[in-house]
Amino acid sequence: MWLARVVGTVVATRKDPGLVGTKLLLIQPLTPERSPHGKPIVAVDSVGCGVSEEVFFVRGREASFPFLPAEVPADAAIVGIVDHWSLG
Amino acid sequence: MILGRVVGTVVATRKDERLLGSKLLVVQTQDLQGRDEAAYMICVDTVDAGSSDRVLVVTGSSARMASGLKDCPVDAAIVGVVDSVELNP
Repeated sequence: MWLARVVGTVVATRKDPGLVGTKLLLIQPLTPERSPHGKPIVAVDSVGCGVSEEVFFVRGREASFPFLPAEVPADAAIVGIVDHWSLG
Repeated sequence: MILGRVVGTVVATRKDERLLGSKLLVVQTQDLQGRDEAAYMICVDTVDAGSSDRVLVVTGSSARMASGLKDCPVDAAIVGVVDSVELNP
């Protein structure tokens, strides 16, 4: 899992039936030092988070697991809202 | 998922039989401001996207979760046509 900040929202009316009803958010992956790491991606929200919150997310096939038994075609899903984290 | 823009089509007569009937599109990846990037990919279209549409692309094994692609040899699928992107810096 990785850390990220929610930076925006995506709206798509025409989409795969498996994505109907899901919330699509733009997230910027972060390093543990809170600097941007790589490109922003679109993730499905499974926890009800909002813009500018810090979250953690999963990538790959596991991104569809929070929605089981529904088959959601997602390769990134937000699975938690981070209250805080610290290093060392 | 990533954002991209449909820039072309791919036609292949001889292909895996599980890809028969699939529409293959060339998608150029985009940044958040909608500017084209250098990277591109070939995607199976499941939402009837058209030329120059801004689309949502799912990659990796998750692409097979898209409608009608179960057990298909696919690693990138278009699963949405993007209406709008709102950025909150």
